[in-house]
Amino acid sequence: MTQALIATQRFGLGAGPGELAQVASDPRGWLQSQIGVDEPIPGITSSAERVVALAEARQEVRAMKQADAKNSDAFAQLKAQQRDAYLSDVSARLGAAIASEAPFAERWIRFWSNHFTVSITRPIISGLVVPFENEAVRPHAFGRFADLALAVVRHPAMLLYLDNARSIGPNSQLGRRKEAGLNENLARELMELHTLGVNGGYSQDDVRALAKILTGWTIARPGRMARFLDAVPGTFGFAAAAHEPGEKILLGRRYADNGEAEGIAAIRDLCAHPATAQHVARKIALHFLADEPPQTAVASLADAFTVSGGDLAAVAQRLIALSESWSLPMIKARPPEEWLIAMRRAFAIDGDVPARKSVGVLQQLGQVPFAAPSPAGWPEDSSGWLGPEALMARLDFAGAAAQRIRVAQPATMTDQILGSGVTEESRLQIERAPSAADAVALLLVSPEFMLR
Amino acid sequence: MTNRRSFLLGLGAIALAASSNARLALASAPIDQRFVVIILRGAMDGLSAVPPYADPAYRDLRGALAIAEPGQANGALDLDGAFGLHPRLATLKALYDQKQLIVAHAIATPYRDRSHFDGQDLLENGTEVPHGTADGWLNRTLALLNSSGIALADQVPLILRGETDVASWAPKKLPGADPDLVARVAQMYQKSPVLLAALESAVSADRMASTALGDNQAPMMGGGYRRGAAKVLAEAAGKFLADPNGPRIAVLEINGWDTHSGQGVADGRLAQALGELDAAAAALRQSLGAAWNQTAVLIATEFGRTAAPNGTGGTDHGTASAAFLMGGAIEGGRVLTDWPGLDRSRLYQGRDLAPTMDLRALAKGVLQDHLGLPADALARAVFRGSDEVAPMRDLIRT
Repeated sequence: MTQALIATQRFGLGAGPGELAQVASDPRGWLQSQIGVDEPIPGITSSAERVVALAEARQEVRAMKQADAKNSDAFAQLKAQQRDAYLSDVSARLGAAIASEAPFAERWIRFWSNHFTVSITRPIISGLVVPFENEAVRPHAFGRFADLALAVVRHPAMLLYLDNARSIGPNSQLGRRKEAGLNENLARELMELHTLGVNGGYSQDDVRALAKILTGWTIARPGRMARFLDAVPGTFGFAAAAHEPGEKILLGRRYADNGEAEGIAAIRDLCAHPATAQHVARKIALHFLADEPPQTAVASLADAFTVSGGDLAAVAQRLIALSESWSLPMIKARPPEEWLIAMRRAFAIDGDVPARKSVGVLQQLGQVPFAAPSPAGWPEDSSGWLGPEALMARLDFAGAAAQRIRVAQPATMTDQILGSGVTEESRLQIERAPSAADAVALLLVSPEFMLR
Repeated sequence: MTNRRSFLLGLGAIALAASSNARLALASAPIDQRFVVIILRGAMDGLSAVPPYADPAYRDLRGALAIAEPGQANGALDLDGAFGLHPRLATLKALYDQKQLIVAHAIATPYRDRSHFDGQDLLENGTEVPHGTADGWLNRTLALLNSSGIALADQVPLILRGETDVASWAPKKLPGADPDLVARVAQMYQKSPVLLAALESAVSADRMASTALGDNQAPMMGGGYRRGAAKVLAEAAGKFLADPNGPRIAVLEINGWDTHSGQGVADGRLAQALGELDAAAAALRQSLGAAWNQTAVLIATEFGRTAAPNGTGGTDHGTASAAFLMGGAIEGGRVLTDWPGLDRSRLYQGRDLAPTMDLRALAKGVLQDHLGLPADALARAVFRGSDEVAPMRDLIRT
């Protein structure tokens, strides 16, 4: 039973009723069978459609005088549109996770979404964050890392979030005509966070070089720029007129003047760099295994990454095969969103997830979906999730939520959800609870339910 | 809200006493001085926050991002004829005029690369390398003072993490759990030391809050990422610190400084963040009441931004920035700087404001003359390896 708990909890989103018993016969096989499950979340509008609508609404606002624009109905509508799109997307995404029959695949996809964070701290992209996961992350989460990175970098949400959409080569056709130029943001985070890691051996000159290589990588918006771009409005487009001409040198390698192809080659080279394998392997181990992951596990994952040419399905296979995956103590905190999903799975609370309410609860618990405070995403080191205030918020929420949860068979609840591995301390408190609601609340905040 | 967790403190006293080395944040404070650190996460642009408007290269170099000269529309608020404050920093300007604000310019930590995350780590860990240690310099300060500290945040930031237990507090957003349930949870956590320590700390902070803030706490605020939060947290920090039995050290964080685009001048992303900082400063002063006179507040960021605008109406990651010291205990009304100049040849690596002052010198000066810590302890325990960085003197009113 313990192996089943590890499979459903460390690698999944928590067991639903009867699920532990099902998984118990072959926990590894259960995880393996999920590799490659990457269907998009249904019912999410495409980012292209949203970008076009956004651009049109913005044009209307831009046409006004600055002083009027901020107070205009059009501006308020624009903001509400983004907010509503975000809320309904997040609700659908929560619902998909709660109902998922491939929760390991779901965790794996969410890991990559967080690795390549886009955040609604830039409110303008609120309506694009879930489409980003759907369109750029999901289709490649079990494919090649380089294809994933390319899809991510070319997605409108990322191009806007890290400012590349408006980065213009100073010596390009557009750069020479108007006062515009480079923006280093995407280039730096692409190397620091997404591929090489901060100690991956790049310099400030490399950041500039990559920024120049990526000039012209923008969004084909309806209107002015569209005529430069041979692309579907609202999707990635390469604006040759904004691309910095000339040869660039990145990490000692020369990239001849070659338009869009420079960036594709550079990103592929970054993804194949040995530092990237190490960086990515360590992060996966940190996410799934331990806050101080054993070096043997990291080395093995890096090896799988390198040998397979960055095949993420092979890396997932290796993760399942690691002995550490099944032996390390389950002491990493479940982040708030995962905890909330596990709660609904455990008590089979399906049906619609009320959008506003769920986001409100997650705000109180400290993890609004796609609202990480920086491009580094939510921390993979889990110690931060259990600060005093954060823990108290979970207690408060568990106490309130338990009032509304009906348990069919309270006597077997603990075994159903936590299996036989539950500690005496937890079992005692849950069994002795003065009411069914208190028993549920105690189970939700028990170390076994909070940690994985 | 009335003492909703006080039950635990009675019944759970055994649990609390039995647990490890946890020290209640309520322990009596041996000093009267208060110290607050406000971390500006994301790299504040010092050249717009504190425009060096008299530098002959400023206007050309900054182009569309240059802040207008004092006296012009949306112009800088003049400090000393050479430097001004951004027009959104009216509270800071008033403090400067009352000689309760020092502005330090062209200042930086020892970090010379441009990663936010490493830069913030170093700013908080107090060593010369990112991830050089897993605890924060303010936590080590607390250990020397044998005093208590509080983070006004959901999660304790690195600067306050370490051996000494600290409290954290953020406005309550949910109806509180039944005290009886909390006591049962404490029992359940007997063999989970990390969870138990967090629970104890939350309970003691809650008790502090009901003393310091009264039982009518500020109603729900937004989330950590929502604008306007800093003011609410600053007000609470002031109340905690004003309590004679409360903590002596507090930490606040303000996000939103990473202005790669849409930085703006009088309006825009930077103006918004500065406005939030200014409102937090006003709220802190107000809620500290008489304790303001014993207070020093250090406001610092991980690094500055490029001296010239980038191509998208913003600035990229740079090196030196500005820092502020404010409070009734500060000998203020001064701009401290060894100004390196903005001529292209004077810029760090040809692109950033050059650092001429070490942020640790400023912090050490406050720890020495305000909190009474000896210089050797500061170099040994607080800012390890900083023997060469002498504490700045005369920052504190005598």
